[in-house]
Amino acid sequence: MSQLNPTADTPAVPVVSIPVRELAPWALFVALLALVALYFVGAEQGATSLISGTAVHEWVHDGRHLLGFPCH
Amino acid sequence: MSTTRTPHLTARTFLVHGLLAGLLGGVLAFAAASVVGEPPIDRAIALEESGGAAADADHSHEEGAHSHEESGGHSHGDDDAAISRGEQAGPGLATATIVVGLVAGGVVGIASAFAVGRLGGLGPVGSTAVVVLLAYLAYTVVPWLKYPPNPPAVGSADTIGERTALYFSFVAVSLLAVVAAVLLARALLSRGPWVAVVAGALFYLVVVGVAGLVLAPIDEVPDSFPATTLYAFRIGSLATSTALWAGVALALTGLTARTWRAHQADVERRAAAAAL
Ligand SMILES: [Zn+2]
Repeated sequence: MSQLNPTADTPAVPVVSIPVRELAPWALFVALLALVALYFVGAEQGATSLISGTAVHEWVHDGRHLLGFPCH
Repeated sequence: MSTTRTPHLTARTFLVHGLLAGLLGGVLAFAAASVVGEPPIDRAIALEESGGAAADADHSHEEGAHSHEESGGHSHGDDDAAISRGEQAGPGLATATIVVGLVAGGVVGIASAFAVGRLGGLGPVGSTAVVVLLAYLAYTVVPWLKYPPNPPAVGSADTIGERTALYFSFVAVSLLAVVAAVLLARALLSRGPWVAVVAGALFYLVVVGVAGLVLAPIDEVPDSFPATTLYAFRIGSLATSTALWAGVALALTGLTARTWRAHQADVERRAAAAAL
């Protein structure tokens, strides 16, 4: 009991890990959203095109070049 | 007590903090891009439009625009109907850097949630810092070395499909390799931290080295394109991504430090209450 008294020298709190089964759905969802977002900034209306025209490409154009994606 | 969970160290906390960190990273990337990235882009577009120095690239660019309109044809001048250079360099650029910042922050936020408590003796802040550093190396620095980015007026519209596939393939290999390297290092921890870190680093370098040799090079810079503009653009591009990751690193490690202090305080409070 006395070991747990925080007024004595404070015991180091151990690092707890978050269970994988708790993290997995978050990881999956974030990964999917990340792929969609990177696709629109990095490749839409360039190599392939889901939306017709060039508006998306032109809008993110400078970012596409500067963030390292192939553009033109 | 060793497995005490608190509301602080959770997936939700790490994702929210990652997104906030990503927002900051996106804003810093926009600032860096405006200062050091836009000038070489403007110079490259001036060359592209004058058609002189970059005649080769311009020629194939035009061809691409005619032969497969939806896949390559675009121009970058104010003459282009909808979007002006000012919009591209302002809100358009900000959209791109902030979206990529949020992606980077969200992904490393969740990756840090996995890493906490699983990287040997590292604490939560150290684990988070390692995750962000590895993400910066594997997503930005190594792909930048293999496929250095090119400004407008460099590259042929006919090869955009191939170049995009090569770039994304190399990034995917690099990211998978860094995850595998961390798992390998973890498995070797019992042999000592240095053995684990060196083995993981060597594994990563061998995988990306082989991928770098196997994947075709991209070599489309016209002979007449000014080397100084190319260099300034590539440094500007690296500075943009570095600012992004620096913002993510600062904010995410700072927020994780706060989370960790709150967790410790909670655990100690509960222990004190139980001791009464
Ligand atoms: Zn372009």
